[in-house]
Amino acid sequence: MQDVKAKPRFKWHIVVFLAPAVLIYTAIMIIPIFNTLGMSFFTDVDNRQVFVGWQNFNTLFGDERWADHFWNALKNNSWFFMIHMLVQNPVGILLAAILSSPKLRFAAAYRTVIIIPAILSFVIVGFAWKLILSPLWGIAPWLLDSVGLKSLFAPWLGLEEYALTTLSLISVWQFIGIPMLLIYAALLSIPEEVLEAGECDGLTGFSAFWKIKLPLILPSIGIISILTFVGNFNAFDLIYAAQGALAGPHYATDILGTFMYRTFFGNQLQLGDINMGATIASAMFAIILVGVCLYLFAIQRRLRRYQF
Amino acid sequence: MNKARRNIWHSVAAHGILLTYTLLALFPVFVILINSFKTRKAIFRHPLQLPGPDTFSTIGYETVLKQGDFFLYFQNSLIVTVVSLFFVLLFGAMAAFALAEYRFKGNALLGLFLALGIMIPIRIGTVAILKMMVASGLVNTLTALILVYTAQGLPLAVFILTEFMKQVSEDLKNAGRIDGLSEYAIFFRLVLPLVRPAMATVAVFNMIPIWNDLWFPLILAPSEATKTLTLGSQVFIGQFVTNWNAVLAALSMAIIPVLVLYVIFSRQLIRGITSGAVK
Repeated sequence: MQDVKAKPRFKWHIVVFLAPAVLIYTAIMIIPIFNTLGMSFFTDVDNRQVFVGWQNFNTLFGDERWADHFWNALKNNSWFFMIHMLVQNPVGILLAAILSSPKLRFAAAYRTVIIIPAILSFVIVGFAWKLILSPLWGIAPWLLDSVGLKSLFAPWLGLEEYALTTLSLISVWQFIGIPMLLIYAALLSIPEEVLEAGECDGLTGFSAFWKIKLPLILPSIGIISILTFVGNFNAFDLIYAAQGALAGPHYATDILGTFMYRTFFGNQLQLGDINMGATIASAMFAIILVGVCLYLFAIQRRLRRYQF
Repeated sequence: MNKARRNIWHSVAAHGILLTYTLLALFPVFVILINSFKTRKAIFRHPLQLPGPDTFSTIGYETVLKQGDFFLYFQNSLIVTVVSLFFVLLFGAMAAFALAEYRFKGNALLGLFLALGIMIPIRIGTVAILKMMVASGLVNTLTALILVYTAQGLPLAVFILTEFMKQVSEDLKNAGRIDGLSEYAIFFRLVLPLVRPAMATVAVFNMIPIWNDLWFPLILAPSEATKTLTLGSQVFIGQFVTNWNAVLAALSMAIIPVLVLYVIFSRQLIRGITSGAVK
């Protein structure tokens, strides 16, 4: 009897605290993700799932009917990501650097307004820009005309060679506030003494930014890059809202998300295929996983973190 | 003298860049809003003019209210967002408390398991989620969306809240234990009120993606009765492409609630992002 009492009681409250979160997360997120990965190794034969090994992947990467679309989507997705890295993040850093200068007036107002696009839904953003860029309405040509550049106007969203870049820039426009805020926060956390020490050594203004602040905010830039990567390779909504499931013109704006949606649900041209949809999802999973691992093991470890 | 002049130039350049970007950020929203109150003719003739007495018209809004069930869509979005947020916060805080407070076998491993979902998007599992929802008869219900958004929000919520729970004073909790409070009472009555600011941050972080999501409403709940505002406006605009008044009005009706919410929560949002929760 004594023995039993001395034994630590099983702590039920820990289970009660953890159970709801762990159960929902596991049941709705983890298991479906693994099930989806599993379904990519099966195919449908007369409404029965039959194991086919890597065949779906061979079809996706090698079979003409699929591979063209897949590599096209992957190429477009990579370009989509490149534009974000080349435009969104540098401009975000620039805006943050300006915002964080100590005596700037109205900083809070600028900050508040620049994030507004990020809170709007893709549907709003997609259609708003579609209207503005529409040759029918003529706001964009009119604006270009007012600065004497009317000849530059083209129906950008309708032309194969420009549509993807235009959509990428629209997405950049929408999300620039997020890297801006994260970098802004990182810049504000640099202690005064460090900057003053630099000032004593003659580093002010631009050179102070380049030589002191930039190295200190590299970890934040790393986080922004990986967030951008995951977000971009998982994107769907903007393209779907602006160009529809067929990601026109002629698949010029097709990315992995729209390709998966079309494959999974079907469209005018083809029936939906659950297993090929799952196969594309698995490919996306692999791409995101490689990116995240590369970040965690190759980049984040090399970045030095400074503790103040 | 020279230095002072250079400073003025610096500040002019700084304001110039920021102002340009501010205008660029606001321009599309502004154009949509003003044109939604104009006649069709004025929309095309003078797209950048404010609606005047002879160009003012609410015909677009009348069409939208007659044709689309926007109040229902709005209500659906509201229910889904609020209920999902409630569960994310409640279950997320409970799990975070357990991870931060108690030492048990597998604590670190469980934390890592829950953190996986921060980087791996739930959309990857869509095919199996839909299959599961079909099997359990939850397709075209708001419950399906609430479950998915709860699962999607939990990883980041647990991650952020665990950090904050660790900062709650040990003495306070032990004082509560000496006074005979149960572990549940300690969590609900002592700890939860103290981490309210962190909960608000998590709420704001989750609110925007849930409200704006198009993917899951499109796949799990596309029926007329369960359309969210985002999906509803997408479908409506798709059908009325040529009716510019209606399209502009529908866009404005989708923008306004978000803008109002943003005005209320913007400080919280900015503080949340900049508070070092994301390090």
